[in-house]
This record gives sequence, structure tokens and C-alpha cells, in this order.
Amino acid sequence: MYKILYAEFIAPNIKKFRIEVPKIAKKRQAGQFVIIRVDENGERVPLTISDSNIEEGSITIIVQGVGKTTMQLNELETGDFILDVVGPLGKPSHIENFGVAVSIGGGVGTAIAYPTAVALKKAGNYTISIIGGRTKDFVILEDEMKEVCDEVFVTTDDGSYGYHGFVTQKLKELIDAKRRIDFVLAIGPIPMMKAVAEVTRKLKIKTVVSLNPIMVDGTGMCGGCRATVDNKTVFVCVDGPEFDAHKVDFELLERRNRTYKKDEEQALSFYTCHSNETILNSVESEIKK
Amino acid sequence: MEKLSNKERMKIVRQSMPEQDSKVRRNNFEEVNLGFTEELAKLEALRCIQCPKPTCVEGCPVGVKIKDFIALVAEGDYLVAAAKIKEDNMLPAVCGRVCPQEEQCEVKCVVGKKNGPVAIGRLERFVADFEREHVGIRTPDLKPRTGKKVAIVGSGPAGLSCAGDLIQMGHEVTVFEALHDLGGVLIYGIPEFRLPKEIVKAEVESLKKLGVDFQTNAVIGLTDTVDELLQNGYDAVFIAVGAGLPYFLNIPGENLNGVYSANEFLTRVNLMKAYKFPSFDTPVFHCKDKNVAVFGGGNTAMDAVRTSKRLGAKNAYIIYRRSDLEMPARKEEIHHAKEEGIEFIYLSNPVEFVGDKNGWLTGVKVQKMELGEPDSSGRRKPIPISGSDYIIDIDMAVIAIGNGSNPIIQKTTPDLQYTKWGNIVVDESTMKTTKKGVFAGGDIVTGGATVILAMGAGRKAAAAINEFLRGSK
Ligand SMILES: Cc1cc2nc3c(=O)[nH]c(=O)nc-3n(C[C@H](O)[C@H](O)[C@H](O)COP(=O)(O)OP(=O)(O)OC[C@H]3O[C@@H](n4cnc5c(N)ncnc54)[C@H](O)[C@@H]3O)c2cc1C
Ligand SMILES: Cc1cc2nc3c(=O)[nH]c(=O)nc-3n(C[C@H](O)[C@H](O)[C@H](O)COP(=O)(O)OP(=O)(O)OC[C@H]3O[C@@H](n4cnc5c(N)ncnc54)[C@H](O)[C@@H]3O)c2cc1C
Ligand code: SF4
Ligand code: SF4
Ligand code: FES
Repeated sequence: MYKILYAEFIAPNIKKFRIEVPKIAKKRQAGQFVIIRVDENGERVPLTISDSNIEEGSITIIVQGVGKTTMQLNELETGDFILDVVGPLGKPSHIENFGVAVSIGGGVGTAIAYPTAVALKKAGNYTISIIGGRTKDFVILEDEMKEVCDEVFVTTDDGSYGYHGFVTQKLKELIDAKRRIDFVLAIGPIPMMKAVAEVTRKLKIKTVVSLNPIMVDGTGMCGGCRATVDNKTVFVCVDGPEFDAHKVDFELLERRNRTYKKDEEQALSFYTCHSNETILNSVESEIKK
Repeated sequence: MEKLSNKERMKIVRQSMPEQDSKVRRNNFEEVNLGFTEELAKLEALRCIQCPKPTCVEGCPVGVKIKDFIALVAEGDYLVAAAKIKEDNMLPAVCGRVCPQEEQCEVKCVVGKKNGPVAIGRLERFVADFEREHVGIRTPDLKPRTGKKVAIVGSGPAGLSCAGDLIQMGHEVTVFEALHDLGGVLIYGIPEFRLPKEIVKAEVESLKKLGVDFQTNAVIGLTDTVDELLQNGYDAVFIAVGAGLPYFLNIPGENLNGVYSANEFLTRVNLMKAYKFPSFDTPVFHCKDKNVAVFGGGNTAMDAVRTSKRLGAKNAYIIYRRSDLEMPARKEEIHHAKEEGIEFIYLSNPVEFVGDKNGWLTGVKVQKMELGEPDSSGRRKPIPISGSDYIIDIDMAVIAIGNGSNPIIQKTTPDLQYTKWGNIVVDESTMKTTKKGVFAGGDIVTGGATVILAMGAGRKAAAAINEFLRGSK
């Protein structure tokens, strides 16, 4: 059992947790993730380690509620427990002094890009970050990014805050303005990562993306997380999760992530109607009293 | 023991195993074999002629005192019989169920020459179940504590048996397991209908009672490295991480939706309980009324195909490159699979998976094979017949052609010696690796093998570790 030391929503549906796992806090490097299982009947879901605090012995994860497990997780509060946390999994990000490094985060992808941006800065890069959200409410970690990056650009799809447009448009502007860019890290929804890869491909700017296939064990044992990179099969949990954006088969990743679409919907509706039942029951017992 | 002449004993027929009817069991995950009753066990035990030189023992990789324990069964002394088996085999309830007895102990039984061998495995299972159900697994006395600490990496049969021996010898033992549950392949691979998880849990519980410390969610190499274990106060390390890297066929279409490795399919169903979805959150392909093909001919392939049938598959095929004679799976499992309606397609080699425009599997193109000359393994090598390709319509595929070694340990412990397949090199008599204080055994050393061999390796290592620890005061 792993104790939640802190839990707070930082955006609609996006919650930040600090969980007590001293070993992982000490060990983890940028780009690595954990797999958690909320309870006995739970699924194993991968979540990036966004930060850690060695003194407190905690890791930070930032979770967007998109389905049964992430929504269930986001109902947990400070003081609650999570049944299983395993890690740090995956290869650490490849960090070096590239020169000018741009970290792009779309939605909750910003939480995944953040630790790598920190490491890029530490390695001596001039760091720029572009963080995007659908609307102002969905922009996360702006202050944290500002603390570590030399420049931060915020974009919103609806123009409610910062630059009106997609992260890729901002990236293009920087390129058009002849800004020097030596390295790009892009993390977010698959269409966004694909779009960034297309922008940087022609210019041959080294670009890395973090892939998010469906995983089970996270140790290379099942092969469920396989993806195609450079026409070869890789196991994302041990060979990645970061890969050369120009070589990733994004269509395949998107397709494989749809494998359990119907089940995911069913699990969610099963979950929500059961929680409604619990609420109903408690209301009924209140009335009886 | 009842006074029967050998002639009379030889007249008793081999008692068959009571089992769930095949039409019923293909729809549930409950155990297929129901186990001997006391009467059946006694009768079967009477078939043993108590050979002065029992050849059966030679067939058992760990030398279970078969003749002695069977004599005790015949006398109704089941608990003493259980203790007798446990002198050599820590996991009789498991081995009695899954050992390939027909090619180990039983094939060497002299009675078998005429009538079918004494059912050693079934008796072993009976005795172990009797003990567990009547008095619980009994824990032996421990030697005085030595203050030495051993880290065991992996909780499969090799790790569990090593832990059991070392704790009895007086050492402190911690078992580190990457997954959230304990037992290795026994828990995530072999299905419930062949090995109820309750049995594995009972074995683990008895080790906990003895004082073995289990740490789940610990991937050695990542959470801690082998070197860190040695630096953090462990005096020795036993690596028993199994053969956990699924091989794929490397043919086009293998990443289509609906194509699984056996490890993934079985882990989803067994460990994550996907057969109980949505009460359990992990889904698996909906086999109901679908066509499923499993590629391979070993125990893993049989487990996968029979699982798909239980999940409701309309047609469930085994597609195997060689002929039935070369199939490595246990005869009993093949027989059970056939009874459950599994179709076997021999001498067929998959060359391509085909899918629809949404990326879902729709079929497999296979090429017919014929058998040529025997190869280095002594098996006749299959040769493709050109122009014989045809497509079998399938909705799900499971690839069960074996496992390689998981590279996490190798990458993080480069100063051990490995074979070119990534197996750890050890001295076979002591399980010592080339690194001081580090031992290894089970599938990570041999490649995919058997439960009893892994268990034997764990015990051999325990003896060597004990010697190492007592020598290094
Ligand atoms: C290495 C890695 C790191 C990740 N880090 C984070 C993180 O830091 N924060 C975070 O919020 N999420 C992260 N994810 C995604 C997260 O694991 C999934 O959102 C989660 O597994 C969904 O589970 P669920 O049961 O809530 O939803 P499900 O019911 O499984 O799915 C609901 C919806 O989410 C989509 N979905 C399913 N699986 C994934 C996936 N792997 N990635 C993206 N969408 C998915 C489905 O298509 C479906 O539409 C990461 C994924 C990987 C592989
Ligand atoms: C589906 C299937 C059916 C089988 N049927 C039979 C049968 O009928 N009869 C028979 O005799 N044999 C059978 N076998 C083979 C038998 O199960 C194995 O030979 C045996 O389990 C090997 O034992 P082991 O202890 O070496 O490894 P495993 O049982 O593989 O256990 C290794 C454990 O180590 C853990 N681990 C891996 N890496 C790490 C790490 N870095 N850190 C921490 N922990 C780690 C794994 O999660 C696993 O729990 C079958 C195998 C399979 C897959
Ligand atoms: S351990 Fe296996 S091989 Fe040995 S006697 Fe028992 S069933 Fe036979
Ligand atoms: S070989 Fe057969 S008959 Fe002889 S002791 Fe062994 S089990 Fe009994
Ligand atoms: S999640 Fe199983 S191999 Fe990657």
C-alpha cells in the first residue's frame, strides 16, 4: 500500500498527487514512469513520474481522468492509499547539451514533458517550452515551466489565454522567425505529436516523442505495448517510451490504442452507475435514519 | 501394507483421474482434474511392487522417494507420505499437477512395461492436497538464525523453493517480485483450470509463516540493481527471473489488433482476471463466437487455446509447424484439448497475418509443410511445400512459440556471464555465477523448461548459498 501525501485538482479533470514511494523517488530519472493499480480488481496503468522529493520520499504524478481507472484514481484524496506502485520503468530520457531545446506539451502531456525540460535545462540547454491547452483552464504547470525554462509560450485552441492556436503553429512561428532550434521534445495526444513530427521533419530537427501504448506488466514480458519504429517492432515499456519522432508509425499506435475501446466504455459506465448506486444507497440510509 | 503378491498387484488396473466432463468444463475455469479419492489413491498405491531398486526415482529430476511415499499411501499414512515427498520436493501439489510425469518418473516405472505405470503424479497430488485440506501445509522447524541475509529475485518455483530451504537453514530471506502477485508462471501463466491459484497462494502463505519476506512491485535492475542489493546488506543474491521475453514470429501483420503473445493473453486472463471483466477492470479480446488460432505446440499453446475456448471461441485451432508426433506439450493436455473441441492443424506454418482497413486481424496465411530429415534436435525438420499457401479466417491469434530471456538483468548487471541468448552462465553443480555471491537458476539459466527443474535448481542453489554464507564468516 502506498500513501497519498497530497492530492489536488490542478485543472478540470486533472489531478496532481504526491505518493510515498521512497525508493522510486530516489531512483527515478526524467522520462521514466510507474505502473499503478488502485485496488484488487484494478487494471495496471502507466503514469509518468513528473517530479520527486527525496526528503519526503515522494513522487509526483499528474493524472487526467479519461476512463475508469484514471477517474477512480482522481477520486482519491490526501491520506488515501494506492494498492500497487511499481517503477521506475522505461528508459530515462536521453539528455545532452543540444544547444536550444524546445519542449512541447499538449494537455496532460505537459506533465510528462516537464521532468525532461528540467533535465535539459540542467544539461546546459537554452530551453524553450510551448505548452498548450484546449482553453485557459486546461493549461497546466505554467509556473513550474517558467521557473526552469528560459522562455515559455502558452497556447490555447480557443484563444482564451496566451497565443490563439495550436502548439505546432507556435513552433512554426519560431522556425519562421529563424530562431535556432536544435532539439524538440513533443508529448501530448497522438495527432499533436504527429503534427510536430511533420513540422520538424523537413528541417531535420532532431525530435523525440513519448509514446503511450496500452501496457500490462511494463517490464518487457508481454509484448502488448509493441509499436513500430524505423520499421522494426519495439516494446515501448523497455525500449522507450521516448523515440525518434520521424521514425514512429503513429497510425499503428493509434490503431492499437483502440483495441479495447468498447470495453473501456463499458468499464466506465459500469463504474459510474455503480458509484451512483453507492450514492443512492447512502442517501437512502440517511433518509431511514 | 496389505499382503498382496506382486502378481495380484499387477492385476489392478491403473486408476483413472476423475475429471470434469469435457462439455461442462469447456465453459468454466474450474479445475479439469478433480483428484483421487482416498479409495482410489489406496488402490493405485497397491499397484506399486516396491522394487528393490526403484527405477522411477531415477526419472524424477529431484529424486523424490517415490517408493517410500507410495508405501505410506497404501497404509493410509498420508501426512507422513507428504513429509516424505517434501524431503525432496517443496511443491508437491503443484508438481503432482503439472510435471510431465509420462516422460519423467512414470516412464521409468517397471509396472508400466505391461499395464501402464503407477500413477505417481496423481498420488503425489493426492497426498499434498490431503495435507493442505486436512491440516494445512505444515511448516518445518527452523535452524538457529545465522544473521545472514539473502535476496531472491523472482517468485517463480525456483525462487520459492530456494527461499524455503534458506529460511529453514537459518538465513533471512527476502524475495523481490516485479509483478504485484507471487508465484511466477504458476500465477500468471498456467491457467486456473490446470492449477488453481489457491494452491500457489497456500504455498506462498506457508513461506510467509516461516518468515520469508516478500516484496512485490520490485523490478530488480530498475527499483534496485543486483549490485545495490549486495551493497545494501544482502550477503548473497539468487537470480530466478524466469524466461520472460515473448518471441514473435516476425512475419508481416504481427502488430494487427487481435494478435497477442501467449504471455500477454494468459497474463490478462490469469493474473488480471480478464475473464471476469467488467468486475475486474482489465479487458481481453472477446473470443465469444470468434475464430481463434494459437501458434505453437507446447504447454503454453495448449493453455492459451483452451483458455480461448473457455472464453467462448467458436473455433479454436492449434496451428503447428511439425506433426503431432513432435508436439512438446504433455500428452494429457493434448488429450484434454481435443476432448474440449480444439482443432489441430499440423504441418502448417504461418507466413502472414492479414487484416481489415481498421487494422483488425481477419486471417492468417499459412504454408503447408512436409517432414524432411531429422535436425540437430533429432526431430524431423519441416520443409515448406511451395505454392501450398492458403488463408484461414481468424479473429484472434496467440503466438506461443517460446520465450527468450528478459534483458533487464543483463543490461543492469553486465559483469555476469551470459550466453548469446541472454541466459546466465552458472556452474551446474552449485548454480554459482561468475560474480561472487551471486547465484542463478530456473528458466533464466536453462531457457523455458519445467517447474520441477526450476525447483530443483532453487534447492541446489540454496545448498550452495548456505555453504557460501557459512564459509564467509
Ligand atoms: C508511458 C506512459 C506514460 C503515461 N503518463 C501519463 C501521465 O503522466 N498522466 C496521464 O494522465 N496519463 C498518462 N498516460 C496515459 C494513461 O496511462 C492512460 O490514460 C490510462 O491508462 C487510461 O486508463 P483508464 O482506465 O482511465 O482509461 P481507459 O478506459 O483505458 O481509456 C479511456 C480513454 O483513454 C484512451 N486511452 C487508453 N489508453 C491510453 C493510453 N495509454 N494513453 C492515452 N490514452 C489512452 C482510450 O482510447 C479511451 O478513449 C501514460 C501512458 C503511458 C504508456
Ligand atoms: C503457459 C505456461 C505453461 C506451462 N506449463 C508447464 C507444465 O505444465 N509443466 C511444467 O513443468 N512446466 C510448465 N511450464 C514451464 C514452467 O512454468 C517454467 O519452467 C517455470 O515456471 C520456471 O520457473 P522459474 O522460477 O525459473 O521462473 P518463473 O516461473 O518464470 O518466475 C520468474 C519470476 O520472476 C519475476 N521477475 C522477472 N524479472 C524480474 C526482475 N527483474 N525483478 C524481480 N522479479 C522479476 C517474474 O515476474 C516471475 O514472477 C509452463 C510455462 C508456461 C509459460
Ligand atoms: S516431482 Fe514430478 S517427476 Fe518427481 S516424482 Fe513428482 S511428479 Fe514425478
Ligand atoms: S518403479 Fe514403479 S513399481 Fe517400482 S517402486 Fe517405482 S513406482 Fe513402484
Ligand atoms: S507492457 Fe508488457 S512488454 Fe511492455
